[in-house]
Amino acid sequence: MTTVQTTPLPPFQRVFDEHAGAVLHFLTAVVGVSEAEDCFQETMLSALRAYPRLIDASNLRGWLFTIARRKAIDARRALARRPTPVADPDPGAALDPQGESDDALWDRVRDLPAKQREAVVLRFAADRSYEEIAAAMSTTQDSARQSVHQGLKKLRRELR
Amino acid sequence: MTVDTELTTRFLERAEAARLVDVAMATMDSPIGTLLLLATPRGIVRISFESENRDEVLGEIAMRVSPRILEAPRRLDPARRELDRYFTGKLRVFDLPIDWTLIGPFARRVLRRTARIPYGGVASYGDVAYDIGTPRGARAVGNALGSNPIPVVVPCHRVVRTGGAIGGYGGGLPRKRWLLDLESGGMPPATSPVAARSD
Repeated sequence: MTTVQTTPLPPFQRVFDEHAGAVLHFLTAVVGVSEAEDCFQETMLSALRAYPRLIDASNLRGWLFTIARRKAIDARRALARRPTPVADPDPGAALDPQGESDDALWDRVRDLPAKQREAVVLRFAADRSYEEIAAAMSTTQDSARQSVHQGLKKLRRELR
Repeated sequence: MTVDTELTTRFLERAEAARLVDVAMATMDSPIGTLLLLATPRGIVRISFESENRDEVLGEIAMRVSPRILEAPRRLDPARRELDRYFTGKLRVFDLPIDWTLIGPFARRVLRRTARIPYGGVASYGDVAYDIGTPRGARAVGNALGSNPIPVVVPCHRVVRTGGAIGGYGGGLPRKRWLLDLESGGMPPATSPVAARSD
């Protein structure tokens, strides 16, 4: 096996220890608690499989988020093909501007358009910089910032 | 946010099932300090003392074997059990598979010869050099022993200088002396070779 690695990759265990929490948080916010664990396992296994071939180890979290994002999209597609067993609860029912719980807020984040949702989640759930968000979403920093801004504006409008 | 142990355990199980754990890692306490044990599916590939820089050790394994290194203590249970028994004087011959990947052809000859020195016995650097057919290669033999990636199990501590001096040791001379004392008495020496630490 030939690699052009100049600095050795850290043991995968360290990558897992340092970033697994943020990846799980991100997935929980985008696909919901019930799907998040599966997505998380798929993400980490894909990452482990590809890891020896990774050339640029400078942004491991961004790399993991790119994989997680793909897994989340796959999971949502699979979910959309499945019939929904119960109707969604009335979205207005939980709305209480004073006491909006975290869960209800994340429900609303989930309803944002895809780009805004990912950007908001990366920014606030995973505590990423705009540079990292741009890398994870393969876009520019300006566009990442704009997606976060638009997402927040929409959330604020809905929560008013 | 941390990930709960159940999720971590399931990940390890799935990684093992998919044969994606190229290097299993575990640590163990011993009378000569904490040991870091690393094994591939072929066998033990590396044992390191706490005096070595762990990041460097793992970096070398990542580069030369695989970066798919995960904490998988169960895979090292047999090695830990044998080492525990060795350190208490109850085991004299290790029966563990060894992965020689990190050891070059010359060092391999040296270490295989070393592995035949019986428990409690010693050989000189010159003896080993002579036996592997390089009678004037005592210094090269010393270098090969000094870079033994699998100390204790591959008993490089049994090679000493002619005339009674104990020579060098990658893990430091106090550890070498402790191992030689253990083997000559068949009992763990009373004093520890590891300085008491305040942390």
